[in-house]
Amino acid sequence: MSVADYEPVIGLEIHVQLGTRTKMFCGCELSFGDEPNVHTCAVCLGLPGALPVTNARAVHYGIMIGLALGCDVAEHSQFHRKNYFYPDLSKGYQISQYDVPLCRGGRLGDVRIHRVHLEEDAAKLVHVGRSGRIHGSDRSVVDFNRGGTPLVEIVTEPDLHSASDAREWLGLLRTTLRALGVSDVDMSQGSLRCDANVSIRPRGSDVLGTKTELKNMNSFRFLHDGVLAEIQRQADLLDAGEQVVQETLHFDPVSGRLTPLRSKEEAHDYRYFPEPDLVPLVATPEMLEAARAALPELPAARAGRFERELGLSAERARELAFRAELADYYEAVLGSDGGAVDPVAVANWIPQLVERIGSETDPANSQVSPSSFASLVELVSARRISRDAGRQVLSTLVAEGGEPEAIVAREGLAAVSGEDSGLAEIVAGAIAAEPDAAEKVRGGNEKALGPLVGHVMRETKGRADGGEVRRLILSQLGL
Amino acid sequence: MTAEMLELTATQAAAAVRSGELDAGELFEVYRARAAEDSLNAFTWVADQVPASPKAAGTELGGVPVAVKDLFCTEGVPSQAGSRILEGYRPPYTATVVQKLADGGAPLLGKTNQDEFAMGSSNENSGFGPVLNPWDRTRVPGGSSGGSAAAVAAGMAPWAIGTDTGGSIRQPAALCGIVGMKPTYGACSRFGMIAFASSLDQAGPLARDVSDCALLLRHMVGHDRRDSTSLEFPEQIALPSAGDLKGIRLGVPEELVGAEGGVDPGVRKNFDETVALAERLGATVEPCRLPHAPHALSAYYLIAPAEASANLARFDGVRYGLRVDGSAGLGEMYSQTRSAGFGAEVKRRIMLGTYALSSGYYDAYYGTALKVRTKIADDFREAFSRFDFVVTPTSPWTAFELGAKLDDPLAMYLNDFCTVPMPLAGIPAISIPSGLSDGLPVGFQLAGPAFSENRLLEAAFALEQSIGFDGSPARRSGGEA
Amino acid sequence: MLSREQVQHVARLARLELTEEELDRMASELSKVLDHIEKIRELDLDGVEPTSHVIEVVNVLRPDEPEPSLPLEVALASAPEPVAGGFGVPSPGAGADPS
Ligand SMILES: [Mg+2]
Ligand SMILES: [Zn+2]
Repeated sequence: MSVADYEPVIGLEIHVQLGTRTKMFCGCELSFGDEPNVHTCAVCLGLPGALPVTNARAVHYGIMIGLALGCDVAEHSQFHRKNYFYPDLSKGYQISQYDVPLCRGGRLGDVRIHRVHLEEDAAKLVHVGRSGRIHGSDRSVVDFNRGGTPLVEIVTEPDLHSASDAREWLGLLRTTLRALGVSDVDMSQGSLRCDANVSIRPRGSDVLGTKTELKNMNSFRFLHDGVLAEIQRQADLLDAGEQVVQETLHFDPVSGRLTPLRSKEEAHDYRYFPEPDLVPLVATPEMLEAARAALPELPAARAGRFERELGLSAERARELAFRAELADYYEAVLGSDGGAVDPVAVANWIPQLVERIGSETDPANSQVSPSSFASLVELVSARRISRDAGRQVLSTLVAEGGEPEAIVAREGLAAVSGEDSGLAEIVAGAIAAEPDAAEKVRGGNEKALGPLVGHVMRETKGRADGGEVRRLILSQLGL
Repeated sequence: MTAEMLELTATQAAAAVRSGELDAGELFEVYRARAAEDSLNAFTWVADQVPASPKAAGTELGGVPVAVKDLFCTEGVPSQAGSRILEGYRPPYTATVVQKLADGGAPLLGKTNQDEFAMGSSNENSGFGPVLNPWDRTRVPGGSSGGSAAAVAAGMAPWAIGTDTGGSIRQPAALCGIVGMKPTYGACSRFGMIAFASSLDQAGPLARDVSDCALLLRHMVGHDRRDSTSLEFPEQIALPSAGDLKGIRLGVPEELVGAEGGVDPGVRKNFDETVALAERLGATVEPCRLPHAPHALSAYYLIAPAEASANLARFDGVRYGLRVDGSAGLGEMYSQTRSAGFGAEVKRRIMLGTYALSSGYYDAYYGTALKVRTKIADDFREAFSRFDFVVTPTSPWTAFELGAKLDDPLAMYLNDFCTVPMPLAGIPAISIPSGLSDGLPVGFQLAGPAFSENRLLEAAFALEQSIGFDGSPARRSGGEA
Repeated sequence: MLSREQVQHVARLARLELTEEELDRMASELSKVLDHIEKIRELDLDGVEPTSHVIEVVNVLRPDEPEPSLPLEVALASAPEPVAGGFGVPSPGAGADPS
């Protein structure tokens, strides 16, 4: 069978660093590329006798995320200890949640959410090679600045069925989290980290295949390429009559190869048990209300509103709503002229702006003020300038800002039309200059209009309105 | 002067300092000198001078110095929890309870020897050698707070603090003929206490008499924002004054005092005499039932080791403490460090706890133990609906010979038979000396509902007054070898 | 009765290195203790809620306000292998996966 004959089944496990001021269980400030180990204390270093105390804002953010994803917030949840030894884990256990997570269920887009829980991040382990104190042995150095950073872990149901779906959905999740303001969700900085569980099955089958876990797909492209490569690898295995083994794989974006992580000789046994140093979390009506009150309009809802209330097409609505900065600019433009401008026309012009400023730039930071963008769109809608002229004006606005009216006047881009515009003479000139084309048109060959219209446009530097030009040509040819 | 000074209880000494009859610096120096000559191996560290500013006169504790169990973190001072894996470790911070005592006017006299990570009932599990019992140097002082108990009994410290997880304050207090109290869980902050079993550990006083015990406790309790499980104590700890036990209902749980506990005849005899005395003081005494108490030991020896197996995972040779590190890999560094740093009993409990939590066994062991814990708390709730206090011998035996139980862990664990049910239920209990059996002290335990400390201290005080126990022999043998 | 293999497995989980005769002694000692403990499994505990905390308190939360961290030299003061402002350790085997 070819890879196309298999249906991929993909679930994501996402770790989000919360944008609190301090760590999950201690008062150390979060670190942003500081010198190693300058944000540590007895608690996050796991010194003897130190005890954790939960960060209220981290819990608040956790509940906000749960509500935004439509989860049930557990009225009674509990922290557990997840026991394993690793140098980046100061206490020999991670404080996490186990059988009673903060939130359960829910959905975002077409993907169901399995659970959302709170935990603490591990420290950074930096390999320093054979330069350590002990001659000839391979050393690493632990930096505990990141240790104890508040994390929310989001686990989806296996509802994704292609690498690009996975990438697109992660984008929606990131926009949603950014809209919530609970994290800077920057994959390159590790504040948004994604693992993927991948299995495949023959199309039509409803039994799940053996899944593998792809670790730390730390960019949207890696997620896409990694999942794609794994789907192909599994398909090749099955086609060769071999089995997929359940294992954890690391994707090398350079070679595009997937290599198994050597799991330690003894099987994992995390020996979870209730964290005796922390009391249970109870989501009180006050806490739920505070979280609800803090929720902004979420991208999916915003797209729906654009569609319903402003008449945008579904895909144009999402194109704007799923990039908060575009949607914000869009609404600023509509607001800038008392609602006179046509929302659909504005929406259709936004891609022109994005094309000129680049998709990484927030239009709010461009030279083009919402009000000048609005008057540009109005000039075109009112046919006072042609679409081509409109594009020229936009380029000028992006380059140096200013007012569309002024630019049109300065560059003489006003549409050429009406009695005294001399357009009739230019059309006559065109007919004289292109006799063959004129003949064909008389003979009923509409296609032959092309050269004539082109001539007029050249003469008017694109300022004439295409429709009017055709009308004039036909009438002068007596048709 | 020294002799009279030693005969003063801490409460009397504090009063003398406040009234100006006694110089706090002199008092400190007398005890410092005795502690420095310690021949019982009760101290692991002794202050080398009177603290710069013993703010004595102004304070209620009057500059009367306190001996502190090794496992309390004290800034810049060795805090080793009796373990070689922490040999020489000096923490960058001080435990809340120790700080509160210093603020109350009780400066740090020294750190006391203990069973490693508080795991033991004889103090023979210390990485720094066993502590001797001042009543008989061939015998153990009990544990795990054996150094604190021996230091107070021998007059090397006016008073001391320890921790109690399954009896680690009450049992050594009993075996050394002093008063020891385990407060309600949450009454004293655990911040800075090197953890053994987090859901059971409580700090408490070890003192010469009930009044000293009350005064010290008054300055230990209180909510601490650094300990999520600490509670505000609902009332101030009062200094006891009761002269009798009129109207007090005492319950005697057959499950704990009977044959099942293997209570030694001499201890049982002393217990019965003490109960009779209580009746003469006006108490009513009746048998009561604690049906699950006989299973407390089993639940305890699953829950405590399970929590300990995680609490002791941080001793990995990475950030502090011992490291054994050839040029071998990470895994070897971990296992060699931990195997070299931990003593036999600690390894045994880590193994037991790891096993009890491991996949496939959690429900059968740890999970079951948590349910037994619920039943034990229910038993006490039921008992306290009919009785003010439950009374038992503190320990089934008096101080035993050094080495007597070393090669039989289970026999050693049975030391805690009468003391483990209370911490499992989180309730307070006090042990007072109730006389001698074959020349060795016997302890009498009273346990009450959560936050009944004041009533417990009153009852213990009334009993203490009419028992009239004389601890001076141990103080005389005290410092001198 | 715990088998040597079980004891070996548990020791590995706990990162303890036991000599041959330590293994044997541990096996018999733990078995003896477990035999005693086993009794609680005969109790009827159906429908009994487990107790992991003896206090009723819930929601002990800390305001998200910074507190001073330790100076670097204090944080590293007890480190067995301080290097490059951090805690030196033997490198985990390539690709070793903790979680
Ligand atoms: Mg996680
Ligand atoms: Zn910290």
